[in-house]
Amino acid sequence: MLNIDHEKCTCCKVCIRNCPFGALSLVGGSLHVNELCTLCGACVNVCRFDALSIERKKASPEELARYKGVFVWAEQDEETSPRKPRKVVLELLGKGRELADKLGEDLVAVVLAGPGEVDTEVYGEHGADKVIICQHELLETFSTDGFTNVMCAVITSKKPAVVLYGATPHGRDFAPRVAARLYLGLTADCTGLEINAERQLVQTRPAFGGNIMASIITPYNRPQTSTVRPNVFPVPEEKKDSSLVKEVFPVTLNRAAIRTKVVEKRYLDEEGDLSIEDARVIVAGGRGCQKAANLELLQDLAEKLGGVMAGSRAIVEQGWIPHTRQVGQSGTTVGPELYIAAGISGAIQHVVGMSSSKTVIAINKDPEAAIFKTADLGVVGDAVEIIPLLSALIEEKN
Amino acid sequence: MKIVVCVKQVPEVTNVQVDPKTGTLIREGVKSILNPFCEYALDHAVRIKDRFQDVSITVVSMGPPQARDVLVRSFELGADEGILITDRKFAGADTWTTSLTLAEAIRTVVPDYDLVLVGKQAIDGDTAQVGPEIAEILGLPQITYAVDVTLTSTRRQVRVTQEVEKGYEVIEATLPALVTCSKGEVVRRAPSFKDVINARQKPIRLVSASDLQIPEEQLGLQGSYTQVVKVFPPPAKKSSLLLQNLEAADAAREIFGFLREKRFVE
Ligand SMILES: Cc1cc2nc3c(=O)[nH]c(=O)nc-3n(C[C@H](O)[C@H](O)[C@H](O)COP(=O)(O)OP(=O)(O)OC[C@H]3O[C@@H](n4cnc5c(N)ncnc54)[C@H](O)[C@@H]3O)c2cc1C
Ligand SMILES: Cc1cc2nc3c(=O)[nH]c(=O)nc-3n(C[C@H](O)[C@H](O)[C@H](O)COP(=O)(O)OP(=O)(O)OC[C@H]3O[C@@H](n4cnc5c(N)ncnc54)[C@H](O)[C@@H]3O)c2cc1C
Ligand code: SF4
Ligand code: SF4
Repeated sequence: MLNIDHEKCTCCKVCIRNCPFGALSLVGGSLHVNELCTLCGACVNVCRFDALSIERKKASPEELARYKGVFVWAEQDEETSPRKPRKVVLELLGKGRELADKLGEDLVAVVLAGPGEVDTEVYGEHGADKVIICQHELLETFSTDGFTNVMCAVITSKKPAVVLYGATPHGRDFAPRVAARLYLGLTADCTGLEINAERQLVQTRPAFGGNIMASIITPYNRPQTSTVRPNVFPVPEEKKDSSLVKEVFPVTLNRAAIRTKVVEKRYLDEEGDLSIEDARVIVAGGRGCQKAANLELLQDLAEKLGGVMAGSRAIVEQGWIPHTRQVGQSGTTVGPELYIAAGISGAIQHVVGMSSSKTVIAINKDPEAAIFKTADLGVVGDAVEIIPLLSALIEEKN
Repeated sequence: MKIVVCVKQVPEVTNVQVDPKTGTLIREGVKSILNPFCEYALDHAVRIKDRFQDVSITVVSMGPPQARDVLVRSFELGADEGILITDRKFAGADTWTTSLTLAEAIRTVVPDYDLVLVGKQAIDGDTAQVGPEIAEILGLPQITYAVDVTLTSTRRQVRVTQEVEKGYEVIEATLPALVTCSKGEVVRRAPSFKDVINARQKPIRLVSASDLQIPEEQLGLQGSYTQVVKVFPPPAKKSSLLLQNLEAADAAREIFGFLREKRFVE
C-alpha cells in the first residue's frame, strides 16, 4: 500500500498532478489516497520531500494466476508518420503470439507516442488481439521518467502475465526502471522464450559475453518481464485482420516528472542512411583492413550489393567508423540476409552481434581465425586485395 | 562534492566456459579484473575531480572478500575511499537485490552523495540493469550510455554526452543523479608508483547485512525475483566451407560464384 508521511509532506500537490489514476487529493489540508490507487509508483518519484513510499510483498500463487495476457512494448520509429513500430516489435508480436496461444490468453501491443497519427492496423496484421494506445505530448520523444511512469500505470492497471521489450537502447534504459519500481524480475537481452508446464515463462539468454547460455524463470511475481534481443525471432507473416481491439489509455504526465533535458543533438549518420540494425546486406570490416582508407573498398562493395558498411569495435576505437556502425555485444545486434566479415577475428563479443545473419562470408588471413566457425563460406586470404576484385566482378555483370 | 562509483569484480570473460558435465561455470584459473565499464565510470569521476575543487570519490563494491582487489585497483586509479559490501547472505543476488543492497549501502554510508556513476554493464552478468535499478531505488534521475560526463558551471547539474543510435545527445539532469558509462577516453591514465603505494593506505569500510536496513528475505538468492534454472554452452556453430591457398583473383571469383548461387547478385 501507499504510505504517506504527513510529517514530511508539504502539501505541494506535485504528486496529485502526476497520479495517472486520480487517486490522490488534499482532504482537510492533508494528502489523502483513495481506492483508485494501483500502486503504480509515479507519485513516489516526483515527491521531492521523500514523503511517499510503497510497501510491496511477494504475491501468493492465487494472486499470480490473476495476471493475464502477453504485453509487448511497441517501440515507435520516431521518424515515421503516421507512427509505425520498429522491426523488433513485429518480431516480438510473432513470438508473443506463440506464448499467448500456449497460455490461452491475449496478445496486446502497448503504444507510447506523441499526439500525432499512429498506425494501429499493423499490430492486428502481425497477430495482436488488442492495442493499448497511450498518447501525450511528453511521449513524443523518449524520456526515462515519462516512459517509466506510463508503462507502470499500464501494468498496474491491466495486470499482464508477461511484458516483453525490445532490447534496444531505450528498452534497456527504462525496462529495469519499471522492474525496480514494481518489484519485478527482469531478464536481460533474451534470445529464447517459451512457456513451461507450470505456465511460467522460461527465458534464455547469453551471458559472460556470449560464452554461456542461461535459462531463467521469474516465479514469485507478475508480470514476468524480459528485454529481447532484436533480429533473433522472425517477423511473422502478415494477415488480414479486423478483430483488433483498440483501447485508448488516458495518460497523466507532468513536465515536473521528467528530470532530464536534451540540450543538444549531434547525429553522425546522414539523414536517410539505412541503420545497420535493419540492413539486408552488411559488409563489415575489422582491424585486418589495415587502415581507414581501405574501408572505402568495403563501402563500395556494400553499395554494389545494396547494403551498408559496419565494423568491429576495434575499428570504432581506432576512429575509422562511428560507434553507430559497431556490430556486437556493446554495439548493435544485426540480422541481415548477408554478412561479409573482412579482416575480423571473430571475438565472441563480435559474433554474438551477428550470429543470426542468414548467410555469412568471412575473409581472413589466418586459417585459424574464430570467425570461420560462424561462416557459411570462409576464404583464407588478404581482404584488402580480394574485396576490390570482387566489386569489379559484380560491376562487370551489371 | 561526493561522487560514488560502483565497481564490480569480474572474471576475464574470454576464458569462461561451462563444464559440460555439471553445467556450472569453470572459474578456476580465470583471472579476476575490474569490470572495464566500471573503469570508464571511475575515469570520468577522476576527470571531474581534476577539473573541479573539493571532489571526493568513494568506490563501492559488492562481492566476496577478494573484491577488495578492485577497490585497491580503483584507489590506484584515483578513488579516495572504498566500501566493500560482503556477506554470505548476499550470495546469489539477481540484479534487483544487487541494486537494493548497493543502493542501501550508499544511502547508509554516503548519505550526502551528489553523483553516482556505474558501468553500462558488467561483462559477466551482462544485464546492464543494475544502474537503472539503483537509480529507481534511490529515486534519482538517470542518464545511460555516457561517453562524457561533466558538471555545469554552477555544479548543480550533470551534463552527459550520451551515445544514441543516430550519434550523440547531450543531456542534463539536476544533481543528485545517476549516470551509466559506456565509454571513456581510449587513453586512460596509468597509475604511478606513488599512486600504487598510496593506494594501500586508503580506507576501506566493510558493510555486512546487519549494517543495512533490508529485511533478510530481500537479500541474496532469497530476495531475487529471477532464478537461473539452467546454464549451458551456446549451441554448436554451423559447419562451413573453408577455402585456402587461393590467389586473390580466384578467391574473388569463388565468392562471386557463391553470391550468385545465393542470388545476392543476378
Ligand atoms: C566488454 C567487451 C565488449 C566488447 N564488445 C564488442 C562489440 O560489441 N563488437 C566488437 O566487434 N568487439 C567487441 N569487443 C572487442 C572484441 O573482444 C575484439 O577485441 C574485437 O572484436 C576485435 O576486432 P577485430 O576482429 O577487428 O580485430 P582483431 O581481433 O585485431 O582481428 C583482426 C583480424 O584481421 C585478420 N587480418 C589481418 N590482416 C588481414 C588482411 N589483410 N586480410 C584479412 N584478414 C586480415 C587477422 O588475422 C585477425 O583475425 C568487446 C570486448 C569487451 C571486453
Ligand atoms: C548466467 C547468469 C545470467 C543472469 N541473468 C540475469 C538476468 O537476466 N536478470 C537478473 O536480474 N539477474 C541476472 N543474473 C544475476 C546478475 O548477474 C547479478 O545480479 C549481478 O550481480 C549483477 O548483474 P550484472 O553483472 O549483469 O550487472 P550490470 O547491471 O551489467 O552492471 C552494471 C553496473 O552496475 C554496477 N554493479 C553491478 N554489480 C555490482 C556489484 N556487485 N558491485 C558493485 N557494482 C556493481 C557496476 O558499476 C556495473 O558496471 C544472472 C546471473 C548469471 C550467472
Ligand atoms: S509531492 Fe510530496 S510533499 Fe508534495 S503533496 Fe505530494 S507527498 Fe506531499
Ligand atoms: S501509486 Fe500511482 S495510483 Fe497510487 S497514488 Fe501514487 S501515482 Fe496514484
